[in-house]
Amino acid sequence: MSLTLATEAPPFDLPGVDGRNHTLDEYADAPILAVVWSCNHCPYVIAWEGRMKALQEEYGDRGFRLVAINSNDAESYPADSFEAMQERARDQGFNFDYLYDEDQSVAQQYGPERTPEVFLFDRNRRLVYHGAIDDSREEDAVSARYLRDAIEALLADGDPPVSETPPVGCTVKWKG
Amino acid sequence: MTVELLYWEGCPSHPEARELLEDVLRQRGLDVQIRMRHVATRQEAAELRFPGSPTIRIDGRDVDPAGADESPALTCRIYRLPDGRVSPIPSREQLEEALA
Repeated sequence: MSLTLATEAPPFDLPGVDGRNHTLDEYADAPILAVVWSCNHCPYVIAWEGRMKALQEEYGDRGFRLVAINSNDAESYPADSFEAMQERARDQGFNFDYLYDEDQSVAQQYGPERTPEVFLFDRNRRLVYHGAIDDSREEDAVSARYLRDAIEALLADGDPPVSETPPVGCTVKWKG
Repeated sequence: MTVELLYWEGCPSHPEARELLEDVLRQRGLDVQIRMRHVATRQEAAELRFPGSPTIRIDGRDVDPAGADESPALTCRIYRLPDGRVSPIPSREQLEEALA
């Protein structure tokens, strides 16, 4: 079951594609933190990851941090292995941390169902938005920019206009 | 002519693929029933040479031959569009070409 709104972000300590571990506390200075469940092999992730980069690029200097986590079972889906993550991050020039939740323990705490799936936290690390990045995998067909609007609202000390949407994408590949 | 759409419930793209396929069939005046086939297990995926959801075959031939030989898996299939973008469903052009 996914985190409910206003829940505090569960801690994590996960290896990143940059070769070092990253913890939730490391992002404490960021007033806005998006934790996005992601992976390599899903066409929905591939369709949206350019927009993930764009958001980090656009809002990074105002303290927004986006962290992507891959929890997929790499034994059944080798394209989602840590080595493949490193390769993808390098090839695509990711400007956000990309972490590997190999034992799926962090996913079990957050409860994502799909990739991509956003958990957006405010400065107190309370969940304020959960769901899709926007309303279309086709960028030129987007009419509602949920995550962008939520970031803008938080930067203006307000609440996201929409706090929950159904994530659209591949299922998280659980072990067993 | 047989038109088969193989899908896996874990991927949300098959309704959109079916809708597009129905539209292309209708536009070409083809009154063909789409045979929907759910692939539920890895064993079925292997037996059916199912490279991901959705997979569309016209008279047994994959509409995207380039991706047909990927390892069988219960996953969302990646289609590469002519403009270089990636899509979870084949393009209209791919379907039209397969039906030509």
